[in-house]
Amino acid sequence: MLILECPYCGVMADETDLHGDGEAHLKRFGPGSSDDDFEGYLFMRKNPKGVHFERWRHASGCGKFFHAARNTMTLEVYGTYLAQTLEPPKAIIDAVKAKHPEWEGYK
Amino acid sequence: MSNAVSTLNGASFEGYVRVEEQGLVGMITLRGDLTSKALAKAVKSATGAAMPGQGEIASGDKGRVGWMSPDELLLIVDHAAANDMVAALTKALAGEHALAVNVSDARTVFRIIGAAAREVVAKVSPADVNALSPGQLRRTRIAQIPAAFHMIDEETAELVCFRSVGKYAFDLLKDAALPGGEVYL
Repeated sequence: MLILECPYCGVMADETDLHGDGEAHLKRFGPGSSDDDFEGYLFMRKNPKGVHFERWRHASGCGKFFHAARNTMTLEVYGTYLAQTLEPPKAIIDAVKAKHPEWEGYK
Repeated sequence: MSNAVSTLNGASFEGYVRVEEQGLVGMITLRGDLTSKALAKAVKSATGAAMPGQGEIASGDKGRVGWMSPDELLLIVDHAAANDMVAALTKALAGEHALAVNVSDARTVFRIIGAAAREVVAKVSPADVNALSPGQLRRTRIAQIPAAFHMIDEETAELVCFRSVGKYAFDLLKDAALPGGEVYL
């Protein structure tokens, strides 16, 4: 069972309280962008075995979106953080690097 | 105006805990900036309760105020007073980015009363109910529907859900409270 702490409520919510919303930190390409950019935005998703950044929604709680850094292989959770960020905060990056010094980094 | 009727008209069930629907309860959803002084003052004058902290529920002489999300409060008040309270809140928050709505007739309220009240709620919810002390409010789900609950005291839980699923919630709680279904007692 995956348990994530909602950064808005401070509640340790298990995954049945939450809704997964796919990859985090996507940059939107809308009208006026090239076809390649638009295709990438719509369809291209990372599917790593290991460290991954995801968007979650505390669906049956406060209803807010938040981000989570977790490991898709071990289900280890490195931390959760607010949705109002364009890339993972330093504390999260440090937590991942402490566990996986060889991790190539976000991006 | 037609008579207001609660979802189950005060139905109750006597299992190894007592489950009862609370009849008409006034409820107001208030959204806005919870750090705003004007909003805290309006809430205080409406209910007599201070602004609750994250995940808490505060009591006043005219009602209770629950923290629902970083920008949402639930005011639990007298059913007859709810409309006037919404008008007073709207007036007090005229310059604020805030909204008060009377949702009394869109909700159903239950009380679960008995020594095993926590256990019965814990059966139907993923939340750590044993860690929930009186004064804390938890918004989560019960079986397949969203609900919020808090402990009034060690042996009484109050649970709020949407009216459209009120019957489902009652049947669910009845089932969890059936004699013979005790886990720890």
